[in-house]
Amino acid sequence: MSYKAKFKVWRGEGGEGKLEDFTVEVNEGEVVLDIIHRLQATQAPDLAVRWNCKAGKCGSCSMEINGKPRLGCMTRMSTFTEDETITVTPMRTFPVIKDLVCDVSFNYQKAREVPSFTPPADVRPGEYRMKQIDVERSQEFRKCIECFMCNNVCHVIRDHEENKPAFSGPRFLMRIAELDMHPYDVADRKESAQKDHGLGYCNITKCCTEVCPEHIKITDNALIPMKERVVDRKYDPLVWLGSKIFRRPSS
Amino acid sequence: MTQTTPEPQVRRQRAQVKVRTFRTDRWWLAPLLTFLGLASFLVYGVWAVFDPSIYIEPYIAPFSSPCLAEATCPEGARLFGWAPIGDWYTLPAGLLILGLPGGFRLTCYYYRKSYYRSFWLSPPACAVQEPHGKYTGETRFPLIIQNIHRYFFYGAIVIGAVLTYDAILALIHKPLGVGTWILLINAALIVAYTLSCHSCRHITAGRLNHFSRHPVRYRAWTFISKLNAKHQPLAWASMFSVMGADFYVRLVAKGIINFPYA
Amino acid sequence: MEIERHEYDVVVIGAGGAGLRAAIEARQQGKRTAIVCKSLFGKAHTVMAEGGAAAAMGNVNSDDNWMVHFRDTMRGGKFLNNWRMAELHAKEAPDRVWELEAWGALFDRTKDGKISQRNFGGHEYPRLAHVGDRTGLELIRTLQQRVVALQQEDYETHGDYEAYIKVFAECTVTRLLKDGDAISGAFGYWRETGNLVLFDAPAVVLATGGIGKSYVVTSNSWEYTGDGHALALLAGAKLINMEFIQFHPTGMVWPPSVRGILVTESVRGDGGVLRNSLGERFMFNYIPEVFKDKYATTEEEGDRWYTDQANNRRPPELLPRDEVARAINSEVKAGRGSPQGGVFLDVSTRLPAAEIIKRLPSMHHQFKELADVDITTEPMQVGPTCHYIMGGVEVDADTGAAAVPGLFAAGEVSGGMHGSNRLGGNSLSDLLVFGRRAGAGASAYVDSLPSRPAVSQESVDSARAEALAPLERSGENPYEVHAELQRTMNDLVGIIRKASEISEALEVVEKLKERVHLVGAAGGRIYNPGWHLALDLRNMLLVSECVAKAALLREESRGGHTRDDFPGMNPEWRRKLLVCSATEDGSAVTVEEKIQPGMREDLLALFEVSELKKYLTDEELS
Repeated sequence: MSYKAKFKVWRGEGGEGKLEDFTVEVNEGEVVLDIIHRLQATQAPDLAVRWNCKAGKCGSCSMEINGKPRLGCMTRMSTFTEDETITVTPMRTFPVIKDLVCDVSFNYQKAREVPSFTPPADVRPGEYRMKQIDVERSQEFRKCIECFMCNNVCHVIRDHEENKPAFSGPRFLMRIAELDMHPYDVADRKESAQKDHGLGYCNITKCCTEVCPEHIKITDNALIPMKERVVDRKYDPLVWLGSKIFRRPSS
Repeated sequence: MTQTTPEPQVRRQRAQVKVRTFRTDRWWLAPLLTFLGLASFLVYGVWAVFDPSIYIEPYIAPFSSPCLAEATCPEGARLFGWAPIGDWYTLPAGLLILGLPGGFRLTCYYYRKSYYRSFWLSPPACAVQEPHGKYTGETRFPLIIQNIHRYFFYGAIVIGAVLTYDAILALIHKPLGVGTWILLINAALIVAYTLSCHSCRHITAGRLNHFSRHPVRYRAWTFISKLNAKHQPLAWASMFSVMGADFYVRLVAKGIINFPYA
Repeated sequence: MEIERHEYDVVVIGAGGAGLRAAIEARQQGKRTAIVCKSLFGKAHTVMAEGGAAAAMGNVNSDDNWMVHFRDTMRGGKFLNNWRMAELHAKEAPDRVWELEAWGALFDRTKDGKISQRNFGGHEYPRLAHVGDRTGLELIRTLQQRVVALQQEDYETHGDYEAYIKVFAECTVTRLLKDGDAISGAFGYWRETGNLVLFDAPAVVLATGGIGKSYVVTSNSWEYTGDGHALALLAGAKLINMEFIQFHPTGMVWPPSVRGILVTESVRGDGGVLRNSLGERFMFNYIPEVFKDKYATTEEEGDRWYTDQANNRRPPELLPRDEVARAINSEVKAGRGSPQGGVFLDVSTRLPAAEIIKRLPSMHHQFKELADVDITTEPMQVGPTCHYIMGGVEVDADTGAAAVPGLFAAGEVSGGMHGSNRLGGNSLSDLLVFGRRAGAGASAYVDSLPSRPAVSQESVDSARAEALAPLERSGENPYEVHAELQRTMNDLVGIIRKASEISEALEVVEKLKERVHLVGAAGGRIYNPGWHLALDLRNMLLVSECVAKAALLREESRGGHTRDDFPGMNPEWRRKLLVCSATEDGSAVTVEEKIQPGMREDLLALFEVSELKKYLTDEELS
């Protein structure tokens, strides 16, 4: 049960490029990444696409399919009609290296700017005791496969390149939340979430949650709770008053 | 480390795509419906505030409760018969308290999403380019004020309690009245919406890092988290219920709806 | 064109668990370290590991200790393992897991707050530290974040994140360079730009994983082209145990595009059962003699085991992987397979839906999204898939050093630890234990050097010419050569082997070696997958030749090597390792027998004599 599908695929190097038309065979049970691979093997051997596990676990094959950020390996062809033209483009927020492959180094830079897990100095390996209910919230965020589609779809940087220095994107704000909720983490992350990573830019329009292939509730479980934790610190009048009166040095 | 050639300087820019979006689905439908829904609420709200028919024994219109002004609140409408605002105040009583539920909804994490998307188009839908040249989000005035949401939540708890009290009064005085049951349903939805708030979830136990040391708060958090997952549907349901209940009471007060069990 | 040049103390090739652990160790020992990997940082195949990391911490059953783990490992490998490696592994695995926790890993917990451990095939006690069924992801992310933490330390002290440890992502190494006998560097290219790059380094740690891409049905990703195996061979190191390939019993069989992708063993550990098309739990018919007293003989006893492990024997679904894979293969061959050529793996009738979703979230997700199958209501169809190669670079157990001075290997690319068959869960712990040891070994080697070996211009020139050659040809499409190699290996050197078929495979490989010199890659150097594949083909062919030649020589069936014409295990063969080596240009591979040293007395004493009799020769026993 195969048919010929119409594809438009972005081709080009370093931002310059255009959509190229292809007609390609599609078989039952295939996903978009299979079709891209078929194009490579039959019509365009130098078509560049990043991929790895083909099972939605590594987050390499992020692309935009009919305008929506998706993993190529998790988008079944059966979700399209046979006469539909399928448009495949690279992620819009990041610079293009070639065809569907983006330069995602923005994300690795931001990852580096989040201070690492900071356990108390006196707990040695093997001595950690944590209850399951205390680790579950952070565990949800650690399901992240770093496909970077949340950072790609977030309009703060997708539509406003100039915000990139000030905003770390949902992926790394979620990383901050993960560490802030870790039962053994002693670093203070609230101030810097706001000041260094741009939590205030988030206007909770939830596109990160919509595109997450791991179905992590990024907005409800990470970003909003983090915003509330910042409120505790910065906008709670009682705390503010206390810090004024008792002159607690801000750390 | 020594390095004899610099990192390759390939010209790096994003794909030069001219169209706003390649989405082929009806992405504009959701923001459009949201716009219409929220706009109808605003229009109704403005009318309701200035409409004087706020009370008919034993019902009080939710938009005007608690009724606190001596001049504009009928005797039975006052909360515990109490009207702290003297007769110098002659504007509609609803204006006095509107700020609390209004502010609560205005700064609500769900409503923020919905009006940023549908009114301000920032963004209109995921992966659809927004029409603004600059964006600073909630980092500066006025939107930084959104952070006071939790104080509106405290206020909204009071409003929820008052509406529940109103509905129970109605139940005592007119147990078979249609209005009674409308007010009861409305009060239930308002309370559910209020409790499902993200700030409430944070206050119960969200701010803690060791749930296991606070079993009671953890159980409360678990319950609120379940409600919180339904925050959006509750926001809509309670918005329409309060609008519907308010309108119903006013119609009864005006005598337009007029039957024994009204 | 000028070649980009970098100088490091230790170059780690591969950024999976072993590579990252090695790099972390080298950096912690104060060495300037480069991590070179073909994919992006954090995408390595380790993310696919689902079950867990085996470590005898005794959190769930306090009877567990390193000696029990050691015994299980040796039994699983049919006593062919390098016993010293198995010993180190069993002793050190708990420390390596605890260390991860101090770096931020969040494992699932026991009631008293310790790391929870789960049952797995071949392990006597619950032993696998896990996070749902995404343990590999947790491991790689933790190591990745540890690398970042070290970079942040370096930024504090040197003002440069990359002062002491740098990741070269999407960069492929095509040759190791030598100064005389010793390693002097590595040569490769950037996948993104096609620019060439040279690493000047006295020590190289190979951590490149396996060879699965030489097979059609495999759970491995495109990266698994045997690069490290081939680089080691070409540099003059030796490979051992290459005939032992583990076919994971449960890979997806449908849809075609995901054929081979893994269905974690935890499905069986948590109650899933295997049935044939007649609805029989056929595994009860396949319990081998050596395991007879360890496994349940009735369904009732097997079922009781899930709730009461002290008084019942485990169900045969949890036999070591090679046994289960062969059993499935036999059922399918006997015509009792499922519609798409596998058998049924059913958890839907065994656990309530909510429990399945809680315990096996990513399996539920995987089947729903990829195959449109809801595993809470219907059985999965599964079949064997090429999963892991036990063979690899012959290394010193304590330091990970290969025969070539300056060359080290850890993880799947090294050989010996797992003998003829690896137990599930021993891979993640292997990565950590021997990753660290290889990193430390490389650091110590660098410290011991009187002077840095030099990179010679000739070796760079020839590596450069070799790398660019496919671009200058307009020959055959490399995809076709690759497809033929995969078919050949899959059909002729697969789970069940026989002499005539292996010989046929070797003939095909010989012809493919000719053809690979003619393949061309259309297009430029920027991110050109055709070119990359053309270069990887050299490695796949070399490794395939080793596998086939060793498989032909070993005339017995043991673990991941089953000969139709020699069905039994032979104690004489247990003592022998098959050692592969190649000529410098890779044109010829030779395989030789080598007697493996006998096990140390105190380790031998951990086993009952009656058990040893099944494996060892009379001469060894006396």
